[in-house]
Amino acid sequence: MIKALGYFIEIIRGSIITTRHFVVNMFFHILKVLRIKTKKKGAVTIQYPEQKREIASRHRSLHRLMTREDGKPRCVACMLCATVCPSECIYIEAGEDPDPEIQKYPAKFIIDLSRCCFCGFCVEACPEDAIRMDTENIEFAEYSRQELIYDLDKLLG
Amino acid sequence: MSEVLIVLIKIICALVWLLALTLYLTWVERKESAVIQDRIGANRADILGIRIIGLFQPIADAIKFVFKEDFTPRFSKKYLHTLAPFISFFFVAVTISAIPFGDVLRIGGREIKLLILDFNVGLLFVLAMLSLGIYGIILGGWASNNRYTLLGGMRGAAQLVSYEVALGLSLVGLIMVYPSLNLSSIVHAQGELLFGWLPKWGVFLQPLGCLIFFFAALAETKRVPFDLPEGENEIVGFFTEYSGLKWGLFMMTDFMEVLIISTLLITLFFGGWQVPWMSADGFHFPWGAQVLLPHGIVVLFQVLAFNLKVFFFCWLQILIRWTYPRFRYDQVMDLGWKLLIPLSLANIIGTGIIMSI
Ligand code: SF4
Ligand code: SF4
Repeated sequence: MIKALGYFIEIIRGSIITTRHFVVNMFFHILKVLRIKTKKKGAVTIQYPEQKREIASRHRSLHRLMTREDGKPRCVACMLCATVCPSECIYIEAGEDPDPEIQKYPAKFIIDLSRCCFCGFCVEACPEDAIRMDTENIEFAEYSRQELIYDLDKLLG
Repeated sequence: MSEVLIVLIKIICALVWLLALTLYLTWVERKESAVIQDRIGANRADILGIRIIGLFQPIADAIKFVFKEDFTPRFSKKYLHTLAPFISFFFVAVTISAIPFGDVLRIGGREIKLLILDFNVGLLFVLAMLSLGIYGIILGGWASNNRYTLLGGMRGAAQLVSYEVALGLSLVGLIMVYPSLNLSSIVHAQGELLFGWLPKWGVFLQPLGCLIFFFAALAETKRVPFDLPEGENEIVGFFTEYSGLKWGLFMMTDFMEVLIISTLLITLFFGGWQVPWMSADGFHFPWGAQVLLPHGIVVLFQVLAFNLKVFFFCWLQILIRWTYPRFRYDQVMDLGWKLLIPLSLANIIGTGIIMSI
């Protein structure tokens, strides 16, 4: 009986909390409608497409391939990223470079972003710092999967 | 002829009131839950770029429901499957006919009662119609021919039948106090004053009865603290196999029940259309002051008071829905059979003793 009474008090307390939230937030909403500026707001919502959240400096977003000074990709087609990729979504075909310093270059470099899980392992595996995920582009949804397969041109972009 | 016309107009007005409010209750629910949870809520539906805090959302929802595919599973019993949502919708909607929206309106020497059906068993009629609504749930659960819907339907039936008892018993005390089953005369009786200052509302005469009625009625609406028939994380509920407009009907029924419960609660316990200290010719305050008002204004005040009270209790029910988690099944049954029913019986005995003194 006393236990049940305790529950009852907790039930009342719960409703007091929600009522408090309602009244306080409503107060700030009404102030906003009346165009009175306040520091606190009635809601913590970020209205996404119009308002954007700041992207953290350690974020992972769309990949990009880095280039050398002459504009060629820095990648040496070592396949480390393709090997480490847990989604197996990187496909590289190596070509031979006449420069003996470089020897290999990626003739094809394809990332299937529809399968990528954005783990960032490829970036960490790369010995040449040739691939990075810091474009701050997180809005590249497409209507078909075909368009999410990014090739060398798009990745050098 | 003109009698029929007046009744028709009354029916149309009440239905429009009910459906429009039901539609907007969905919006209120979304917005209120958003405000409680520090969010903004649906605000994107617009017409030509005009948004007005998402007021067009219910219209957008309705259009979506109309154009969705109405899918009837092959293994279901087609006839009953289609009938179920209409049954549950109809029996809830029809209860509005016994609810008084206001006192009489006098136009051109004619007295128009602001309720559709004024009959002596109004209260029984409302209770009967609310309990018939169970058939919609059971039929929906059974005819879908799916184990989970059947479980949901059975749970719904068990829950509603048990709370039906408490619901009925909690009103016995009220019927003893205002010796009438006629809803409009119950409301009239609540216009009198207790000790010369307190309005003789049901909640002051029958506080326990009011509380029991409110709990039982909450269980009748099948919304969150009592949403076992639905239970979306365990059995998905009795309307799993419904889609499109038929599912929309079930959802409308849910919101309509919230509205009906609010109107019933205020009609029985919170004075219906009565404004405190206002009688047919204006305000008579207990400290002797008087403000006389013309007839039209008085009727307007009554209808406004009715609506305000309804809105308040809709708000309260939505608040409750967004505050509490779901009861476990045995807790629901315990609350119904072991707490509410004994309490309502005690309430009847207590009322009898006090009245006989
Ligand atoms: S982020 Fe992860 S999943 Fe995506 S390409 Fe790089 S290694 Fe593969
Ligand atoms: S790990 Fe770096 S260098 Fe090696 S193939 Fe991938 S991107 Fe090119």
